[in-house]
Amino acid sequence: MSCNPSFGGIGKGHLMREVDALDGLCARIADRAGIQFKVLNRRKGPAVWGLRAQIDRDLYKRHMQEEILNTPNLTVEASSVEDLIIGDVQAEREGTTAGKGCHGVILKDGSHVSSRAVVLTTGTFLRGVIQIGIDERPAGRLDDEPTIGLAKTLENAGFTLGRLKTGTPPRLDGRTIDYSQLEKHRGDAQPTPFSFMNDRVTIKPEDQVVCHLTHTTPGIGPIIMENKHLNVHIKETVTGPRYCPSIESKIFRFGMDKCHQIWLEPEGLNTDTVYMQGFSITLPADLQDQCIHMVKGLENVVMTRPGYGVEYDFMDPRQIKSTLETKRLQNLFFAGQINGTTGYEEAAAQGIIAGLNAALLARNQPAFSVSRTEGYIGVLIDDLITQGTSEPYRMFTSRSEFRMTLRPDNADQRLTGRGYEAGCVSCHRYQRAQATADRLQEGMEVLQSVRLSRSKWRQGMEEQRVQTPLTEASPGKISAFEMLAYPNVTLAHLAAVSPDLKTYADDESIAMRLKVEGIYAPLLRQQQCDIDQVKRDESLVLPADIDYDSINISREAIAKLSTVRPQTIAAASRIEGMTPAAVLQLLYHVKRRERQSLAV
Amino acid sequence: MSSRVERGMAVSTKHFQLLQRRCGVHFLKTLYSTFICRRLSVVCCHANPYQTEGWTWKSAKLLGTVPSLRILQRWFHIPVNQHYQSRGETGKFASESQSILGGRPFKAKSSHQSQRASTSAQATEDISQDTIFALSSGQGKCGVAVIRVSGPGASKALLAVTKMANLPEAKKVHLRRLYNPTDGETVDKGLIVWLPGPQSFTGEDVCEFHVHGGSAVVTAMHSALDAIPGLRHAEPGEFTKRAFLNGKLDLTEVEGLGDLIQAETEAQRRQALRQMEGDLGQLYEAWRLRLIKCVAHVEAFIDFSEDENIEEGVLDQAQAGVKQLVTDIQAHLDDNRCGERLRSGVQVAIIGQPNVGKSSLLNLLCQRPAAIVTPIAGTTRDVIESAVNIGGYPVLLLDTAGLRETQDVIEQEGVRRARQRAENADLTIIMTEASDIISNIASSTSNSHDRLSTILEKRLQETETLTSEPTQGSSPSGDSIPGDGGFQNSSIVVINKSDLVDVDCMDTLTSIESALCQKHDKKNEVQKRSVCIMSCTTGQGMDHFLEILRGKVEALCGNPLLGNPSLTQARHRSNLRHCLAALEAFSSHEDLVMAAEQLRIALRQLGKITGRVGVEEILDVVFQDFCIGK
Repeated sequence: MSCNPSFGGIGKGHLMREVDALDGLCARIADRAGIQFKVLNRRKGPAVWGLRAQIDRDLYKRHMQEEILNTPNLTVEASSVEDLIIGDVQAEREGTTAGKGCHGVILKDGSHVSSRAVVLTTGTFLRGVIQIGIDERPAGRLDDEPTIGLAKTLENAGFTLGRLKTGTPPRLDGRTIDYSQLEKHRGDAQPTPFSFMNDRVTIKPEDQVVCHLTHTTPGIGPIIMENKHLNVHIKETVTGPRYCPSIESKIFRFGMDKCHQIWLEPEGLNTDTVYMQGFSITLPADLQDQCIHMVKGLENVVMTRPGYGVEYDFMDPRQIKSTLETKRLQNLFFAGQINGTTGYEEAAAQGIIAGLNAALLARNQPAFSVSRTEGYIGVLIDDLITQGTSEPYRMFTSRSEFRMTLRPDNADQRLTGRGYEAGCVSCHRYQRAQATADRLQEGMEVLQSVRLSRSKWRQGMEEQRVQTPLTEASPGKISAFEMLAYPNVTLAHLAAVSPDLKTYADDESIAMRLKVEGIYAPLLRQQQCDIDQVKRDESLVLPADIDYDSINISREAIAKLSTVRPQTIAAASRIEGMTPAAVLQLLYHVKRRERQSLAV
Repeated sequence: MSSRVERGMAVSTKHFQLLQRRCGVHFLKTLYSTFICRRLSVVCCHANPYQTEGWTWKSAKLLGTVPSLRILQRWFHIPVNQHYQSRGETGKFASESQSILGGRPFKAKSSHQSQRASTSAQATEDISQDTIFALSSGQGKCGVAVIRVSGPGASKALLAVTKMANLPEAKKVHLRRLYNPTDGETVDKGLIVWLPGPQSFTGEDVCEFHVHGGSAVVTAMHSALDAIPGLRHAEPGEFTKRAFLNGKLDLTEVEGLGDLIQAETEAQRRQALRQMEGDLGQLYEAWRLRLIKCVAHVEAFIDFSEDENIEEGVLDQAQAGVKQLVTDIQAHLDDNRCGERLRSGVQVAIIGQPNVGKSSLLNLLCQRPAAIVTPIAGTTRDVIESAVNIGGYPVLLLDTAGLRETQDVIEQEGVRRARQRAENADLTIIMTEASDIISNIASSTSNSHDRLSTILEKRLQETETLTSEPTQGSSPSGDSIPGDGGFQNSSIVVINKSDLVDVDCMDTLTSIESALCQKHDKKNEVQKRSVCIMSCTTGQGMDHFLEILRGKVEALCGNPLLGNPSLTQARHRSNLRHCLAALEAFSSHEDLVMAAEQLRIALRQLGKITGRVGVEEILDVVFQDFCIGK
């Protein structure tokens, strides 16, 4: 964890749940290392609840290393990778356009590590440059060497590279902060764990740390405006993220007078270091110091480390497949910031897919990918490989067209079974997911079988002082499941009317999940139609070596298709500017080819 | 090489033994015992199968669970039955198979539930596919129009439109009366064909309606079908796409159709683009931008939490924006009464001074003596209605009493009614007499077409037909002639009795007529005031008049802003209606995600008219409007 001391959030929490459903590590470790848990968006519907936690950096690191180093059959070696071993392609693999294959890596000391698959997760290290004020120096992270050789190798292999930038805020000495005038923010009284495997998190609810909210004062504006010339980072044309702007760009865009909110987040239980969320800054250190003192409560604070900006290479993600294997070099996978994303969760989501596919490849088993109808992981990867990106890509729930279906609560039901088949999910987890599925299924059936007249339900709810839109005159019967669609009605309320439901109402997590199913049921039917539509199109696979020039479609469409080389018709139709006519022509072309090859 | 096992039941001993023989004893023992308690079904088992790729039976036994459907499929080559999610199937297997195949648990249950709530006709409906409809014959006026419906809801549509209790014999042509299921009114009498899948063009259930070829009927059928839940207008090329995907077309057909569809969709695209360039395009574009803004604000509110600086007022703004949009779209849809006009006929009122030939024109148009015609002024006292067909559109002609000051109580009432009907009519035919015009021109001094306008205006004012402002006060620009303000409705000025004036006078009138027509060329069909010289007695100029009348009626029946009715336009209207419905549903949801979903549906519907809206466009607005960043 090299930037913010937190995991999750809206959209990001969704990704973590999915990574966990596939038996990825980050959710389980975060449950152990978390020091403040909070579900964001509580008021806005369970489909967009954002699980989030402040994490103790040291604990996270320790637990993670423990877990990794104790994984059977796993050898861990730490060294800088300078080059790739590039050789011929494996002839027996179908549907590949790669001219070369990657057969291992060459370390800094010149030694070769050969391998059947290689996953590159270079973070901000590829030709990374750190910027503070007008100082620029090559580094992947503060005090870490950048990777130059590897970037050159990739460039030579023909990959299209781009440049992105990001930043990190200054760190403070918590002992010098005047908390007395700041707003306190505590965690949830009942922390919700990230992992489906955990019923509760490690930290006791009452031991959770407190975060503080503060604001900048107008005094900060002039310092930033007058010292524009001392800021390399903001002058550059390289694209930074719009949703995580530096304090400088906030001032430039929204004026000097506006106060911006800053979160003060402790970095751990046994450290005084405090992270200034929302205060990314790249001015020279002395000016940063001045700026910080313009924040309420930080008048006398001591800055322990200045903020800085990083600029790094990424590969145009349209050069990889949905398995995250590159189209150019066989056996080589990219995951994380190298694909233009930002954030731990986005990286974890790609990590699990790349890792799993690397293993499947090594074992000669069929590849694994997640469709955008199945999870945010699928949305993330599909967006990257069909649209590319021009700024660091962050997950938002708005990016999914199936938001009511892809919820944090049902990630295990969506993905664990698939992961188990692919071999990345443990028996234990699989069983647990199955048990949950059974229980949910049963619950749904019982809920649907309990049918009472509307007036009876209304009466029952009124006795418990639950408001429903049901009126005295509402005729007909509805099921308990339909009753759940009303916002205030919980399973416990229903159980009071119909004792059959008691057993489900008592099981808190099942009751919660059934309630969520009930809320969205009215609109899910339509959504399922849309999902099926996409799935049908996804089942129409486009050959990798298709010659787009030979298809009778517009030049523009040919150019776009040739760049992206979509894997399915569904992906092709999502490419910006593709017309239905062009998609149909493409379909004809492919089917004609199939027919011809069958005839031969 | 296959055995059949009943669905939804425990595997019987007999079948079990069969399976055992094929698959090996060890496999099946466990399989059987787990199966029997789970009441699982295996639909079709082809023999063989020891493919234990990556997953061994041993581990399954160890776990005490049934392997996933997909693994079983691999082992036993069991084709996955699409209807595996029946109520009888419970337990691990079923729920797991959902998580694999449906991507979402409990699909069976939620669909089951909604099915139970609906009628039996819907119970068998396959939820996975929309039912589409479109005019399959050529566009425009023709003898017979064929409207094709394809998809799982085709049978439902057929029953709803024909009011039949059972489906007719397949692949036979039947004559039936067709109704609009919403109001039960007759749309047309036509031929129906029921073609159950897979023996149909698309491979799905298909029904066809062969109706009379007028645009009115076609549009009425479209709106009747559109009103049936689950039915929607087909996208360009969608029938062919479905046929293709269902393997109904062979390659030579496909190649030909490919080009055809390319041409068709290109033409449609161009047509849509052309329409988009006008006022309407600007209007839709403005709506789209407003809707994107609303969506962006709601999405921002969802995606950026309380602690990321999104102001509370954002949601209220979005709500206000949606409300305003609802009002505007509603007004737009109500504004043009196309549907109503098509059902009840375009009301055309013939007005003018007494004895100018109004009743003669009516009789001429309906080709029968519907109104009494005498040389005596004031013969017509009441409003005489007569329905006629003009160019395929229903027209209700209204002959009215001549407008004049009178002491006769009955005639007074007649004049009052004439005015009232003229005011409410969709189109007014203002009748004048050629000799009257000529004599007025002679006594006037300004240039000829101004003179005519002035005279017409004078006539109109004299008869107080329409509430009008002083005509000379209107815009002095060249394009606008005096009198524009006086015509609130669409109108045709008919100069009758051309047979009663001499040749010179005719020349004068003709030159005035053409000058006036040129003046108006820039205006659209509805607003344009047309002038027509004719004689009801000799029939001279009648063709010209009919042409003008047809043009006007056509424009009134179509979207007055869009021009001629077309397939694209029918789709647009339906998109707008769906958009409106979604916007209206927005505020009904307490759950913000569901409310946002309605906005997304609305945006998608509007996007079908104006072009797709990508997530990036929404995010752009988010980042423009908010200072986000924790």
